[in-house]
Amino acid sequence: MTRTIVITSGKGGVGKTTTSASFSMGLAKSGHKTAVIDFDVGLRNLDLILGCERRVVYDFVNVINEEANLNQALIRDKRCDNLFILPASQTRDKDALSIEGVGKVIDELKQDFDYIVCDSPAGIEKGAMLAMYYADDAIIVTNPEVSSVRDSDRMLGILSSKSRRSEQNEEPISEYLLLTRYDPSRVKKGDMLSVEDVQEILSMDLLGVIPESQDILNASNAGEPVILQGKTNAAQAYQDVVDRYLGEDVPQRFINQKGFLGRLFGG
Amino acid sequence: MSLLDFFRTTRPSSASVAKERLQILVAHEHSQRKTAPSYLPKLQKELLAVISKYVQINPDDMRVNLEQNDHEEILELSISLPDEKQEKPHKKSTPTHRRRG
Ligand SMILES: Nc1ncnc2c1ncn2[C@@H]1O[C@H](COP(=O)(O)OP(=O)(O)O)[C@@H](O)[C@H]1O
Ligand SMILES: [Mg+2]
Repeated sequence: MTRTIVITSGKGGVGKTTTSASFSMGLAKSGHKTAVIDFDVGLRNLDLILGCERRVVYDFVNVINEEANLNQALIRDKRCDNLFILPASQTRDKDALSIEGVGKVIDELKQDFDYIVCDSPAGIEKGAMLAMYYADDAIIVTNPEVSSVRDSDRMLGILSSKSRRSEQNEEPISEYLLLTRYDPSRVKKGDMLSVEDVQEILSMDLLGVIPESQDILNASNAGEPVILQGKTNAAQAYQDVVDRYLGEDVPQRFINQKGFLGRLFGG
Repeated sequence: MSLLDFFRTTRPSSASVAKERLQILVAHEHSQRKTAPSYLPKLQKELLAVISKYVQINPDDMRVNLEQNDHEEILELSISLPDEKQEKPHKKSTPTHRRRG
């Protein structure tokens, strides 16, 4: 059975696209055939983060409008045979995506793929609503900061009332909290909400914590999802997230500040 | 100043202020979510359409309100009917429908 996962947040710039790229690469590397769809119509970015921007010929909207078939539009990743990217369209037409059109593409992908990862745009407008509509699971990307936490809470309300699962009275979407841009030293100083604080406010299961990391910028500069930069904390944190999602029991890391010795010898 | 304040040497951290504000906000938003079921706007629109078959009313002259307390939910519908001669709203009809829960 294919699982459809939305990476969403409400707020922009919290790390959805970064997460979509690394999460889908991680699933693919674990041997699962994975498609990742960029729902950010007008502002496509996922292709850049995955380094395939020069190979985009057709996009999501072309497939919906039957100007191209799915196989023509899907881009196979050069580093991993199991990963395929469906890029967003650059059109300014806000109505380019429709609930039927998206449903048709997802149904077709289900015949062939184990996982479908939907990279949601920010906000609660049409693009974000369609990105979550068909989801089985939702990863709520949240920064430890007031506006991001509030928007995540609003998104939880939307997931439980405006999704296909909720409309058809099926089992609700499984929701996972992913806390990103976390800085344990600032938490210790009392300047930043802690993991426990955010979990308590949102009452959600924690999928993982991604530390604030310079390596993310370097990775996006290079067009390589950070999960492939194995030595970095960010890569290990994303790998843990993938393993945990796939059911492995992996203890949480990157929550506490390293001690003096850790900083001296660790990365 | 209370004795407790006197002994408290440090101010609360900015993170704990953030947490407290969020907890209050989230609790408030959740309670609002419950009292406004998603069918309410549609119900209002359809009621307006039915009533408009018989009387000319302004959309603003109709209010649909759902209130909840511990043991019941009250759906309140209030319509200001236009005065036939002066075309000015003054009559009021307020049927209520109660459901025990
Ligand atoms: N853990 C992190 N540490 C540092 N920078 C990050 C981290 N996650 C994301 N970023 C940066 O934040 C910005 C927004 O990330 P992006 O994934 O595009 O967010 P979104 O898709 O939610 O708008 C990018 O510049 C990205 O490099
Ligand atoms: Mg994005």
